[in-house]
Amino acid sequence: MISLTHYLVVSAILFTLGVLGIFMNRKNLIVILMAIELILLAVNLNLVAFSNALGDLVGQVFAMFVLTVAAGEAAIGLAILVIYFRSRGTISVDDVNRMKG
Amino acid sequence: MIQLLAFYLFALVVIASGAMTILSRNPVHSVLWLILAFFNAAGLMVLAGAEFIAMLLVIVYVGAVAVLFLFVVMMLNIDFTELRAGFARYAAVGVALAVALVAEIIVAVGAWKAGGLSLGRRAAPIDAAVPNIEAIGHLLYTRYLFVFEGAGLVLLVAMIGAIVLTYRKRSDVRPQNVSRQINRRSKDATRNMNPPVGQGVEL
Repeated sequence: MISLTHYLVVSAILFTLGVLGIFMNRKNLIVILMAIELILLAVNLNLVAFSNALGDLVGQVFAMFVLTVAAGEAAIGLAILVIYFRSRGTISVDDVNRMKG
Repeated sequence: MIQLLAFYLFALVVIASGAMTILSRNPVHSVLWLILAFFNAAGLMVLAGAEFIAMLLVIVYVGAVAVLFLFVVMMLNIDFTELRAGFARYAAVGVALAVALVAEIIVAVGAWKAGGLSLGRRAAPIDAAVPNIEAIGHLLYTRYLFVFEGAGLVLLVAMIGAIVLTYRKRSDVRPQNVSRQINRRSKDATRNMNPPVGQGVEL
């Protein structure tokens, strides 16, 4: 039978992959955003697994709110990326050094 | 047994596609691997009895967020080979940090096993007779109504923010001027003439 530990191991690996993705793609802002999505996915998996294991539905409701914030974050992040690329012609993180529009 | 097999299948594919997301050379491939990861995570959530979150994951993430990523990657003309320059250099630090993180998580899970975990009182107990979607809907529209409205507000602000951020006035194109179009009356644009024979009209 599938236990809580199974889910925890999968989401821990997924979370670590997300953190690793942020470090390995230090320059590519798009892949960093995707790695953040992976991290949030791991968190959601954790919430759902605990909701199932403890027999409490609130974990799933909270996962839905995490999903909402993640969607908003992706939209705003990509919008900032687009205007940044328009003004600088690159999306390298190292070049983000001035707070001007 | 079949559940366990399905779990291992979904888990393996989600981990493999998560790894390919961060390792792919081409960001378009990264997005496609991310979509596969979301699909298989949705499968894992179905196995955990959370059908609503699983469907939400497929609709919101695969249908909206991943396609948004795909649009941005394809719309911007980005030189991705240049962005991969420091990949090998940062890989060592990244792997070291990932190993540290895994060790910390293993320690934390080990400590949890020593204790054991149970809820004294459940906030919203799962009733096996009520379908998952029905139960979540009931919870969302009663106890968590204001939080739900707040989530809607977050999405509204994100939408307006994205539009305001990316909107720009271009000077090299001639856009439609709606108010000028509406203000134009037929007597400004046309006139009736009654020219004498053989003289014609001066326009």
